[in-house]
Amino acid sequence: MVTRGFHGRRRAEVDPARVPPGQYVTRDFPVLSAGPTPRRLAADWTFTIRGAVDEPVVWSFYELRALPATTITTDIHCVTKWSKLDTQWRGVSLDTLLADIDTSADYALAFSDGGYTTNLPLADLTGGQAMIAYEYEGEPLTPEHGGPARLLVPHLYFWKSAKWVRGIELRDDDQPGFWENYGYHNYGDPWKEQRYSGD
Amino acid sequence: MERTAVLGRLSWRFATVLEVTAETDQTHSIVLDAPDWPGHLAGQHVDVRLTADDGYQAQRSYSIASAPSDEQLVLTVERLDDGEVSPYLVDELRAGDRIELRGPVGGYFVWRPTDAVPALLVAGGSGIVPFRAMLREHGAAMSAAPIRLLYSARTFDQVIYREELLRLAARDGIDVSITLTRAQPAGWHGYTGRVDTALLRQVSWPPEEHPAVYVCGPTGFVEATANALVGLGHDPGRIRTERFGGTS
Ligand SMILES: Cc1cc2nc3c(=O)[nH]c(=O)nc-3n(C[C@H](O)[C@H](O)[C@H](O)COP(=O)(O)OP(=O)(O)OC[C@H]3O[C@@H](n4cnc5c(N)ncnc54)[C@H](O)[C@@H]3O)c2cc1C
Repeated sequence: MVTRGFHGRRRAEVDPARVPPGQYVTRDFPVLSAGPTPRRLAADWTFTIRGAVDEPVVWSFYELRALPATTITTDIHCVTKWSKLDTQWRGVSLDTLLADIDTSADYALAFSDGGYTTNLPLADLTGGQAMIAYEYEGEPLTPEHGGPARLLVPHLYFWKSAKWVRGIELRDDDQPGFWENYGYHNYGDPWKEQRYSGD
Repeated sequence: MERTAVLGRLSWRFATVLEVTAETDQTHSIVLDAPDWPGHLAGQHVDVRLTADDGYQAQRSYSIASAPSDEQLVLTVERLDDGEVSPYLVDELRAGDRIELRGPVGGYFVWRPTDAVPALLVAGGSGIVPFRAMLREHGAAMSAAPIRLLYSARTFDQVIYREELLRLAARDGIDVSITLTRAQPAGWHGYTGRVDTALLRQVSWPPEEHPAVYVCGPTGFVEATANALVGLGHDPGRIRTERFGGTS
């Protein structure tokens, strides 16, 4: 049904095929998080893969930086309705981090400083779909946007791209993370508009 | 962690505008009749969806300004002059119009009358909206939990819910502090200037009392306030934030 008197203000320069349903394109980079921004020095940061593995594997920030890096340009979509096109990130592909890890797990639970968690099928972290990003637009990632490093899984709503990420726990079962426990969708595909549980 | 949210599908529903009232010259409250509203917790928000005649749709989130026990659902929207949705809601919407909404959404930035600990609410601009729901709920439930509200607005005229806040301030257990950042009326005896560490130290519960802290407003305001609170020794795990976007 049409809302009386509403015409919308589409921004002409945006290709509608790149904007998922219910989203609008912004030029800012808004911030969404449930609490204060944790401030951790890169020197104190580590990334751990644990859970359904023989031995947890840990990288320091400098070890991560020494791994082969990739740069991607991608669109990101936040569940609070904004999308941002052509964002550029540099970091290490999860494929690289998972290469030598032998696991039977089907799921991953990413965990972050500040206690944040988010869950994903492991299959969504591999095949070039996800990275641990430490640069945004050619600059070190700022704390507000998840620095020193964040998970980046751009094909899902952005809450899955855990800021301040400290590792992933590989799991046989799918354990809902922070927002998933508060009624947000378990998977979060923006193109299917999976915002909330049941969508 | 408890599963607080409504777990059924959140479907879109039509709500009819009963009344639009001016809170300030930029900000209007929209009183809605939302049939079969499932109820909400103070602090939750709704998604609003508008549809143009060519089928184009726009969605935004708005905090619920009414308490769960209030009869009608109320949203309070501040007009951003160059925005897409808020100028429509503030300038164009009138009684009898229908908009689509779904919710309630968000189960983390909520206050419950069963929460017995002291609470500190810090609002910037329209960030006062979810706190109005919390303060109303506090009154309706006759909660004994002491609440302190620190509210930053640019000018006296831009203080949303002014009369109601002044009334609330007279009640036991609720402390309302307002700081005006741009200009103050003659004889103003509230605070002046931006929310900073010194003001927070003066107004907030000491960290040793382990208050539940809520901060809401424009992104820059929330960042600065939450950082200052952490600096004062508040447990980051007890500081809940809601960022409305924008950087002012
Ligand atoms: C959980 C939550 C609760 C909220 N609760 C409330 C509430 O209770 N009350 C309230 O008033 N607001 C609330 N908000 C904010 C609200 O959702 C909207 O963001 C706000 O009303 C602005 O929407 P808009 O369509 O008017 O502006 P938009 O069109 O979204 O624009 C916002 C700003 O971004 C700029 N902008 C947008 N697109 C572009 C572009 N392509 N290029 C350059 N600049 C651009 C605009 O100039 C404008 O200044 C809440 C937000 C969240 C996430």
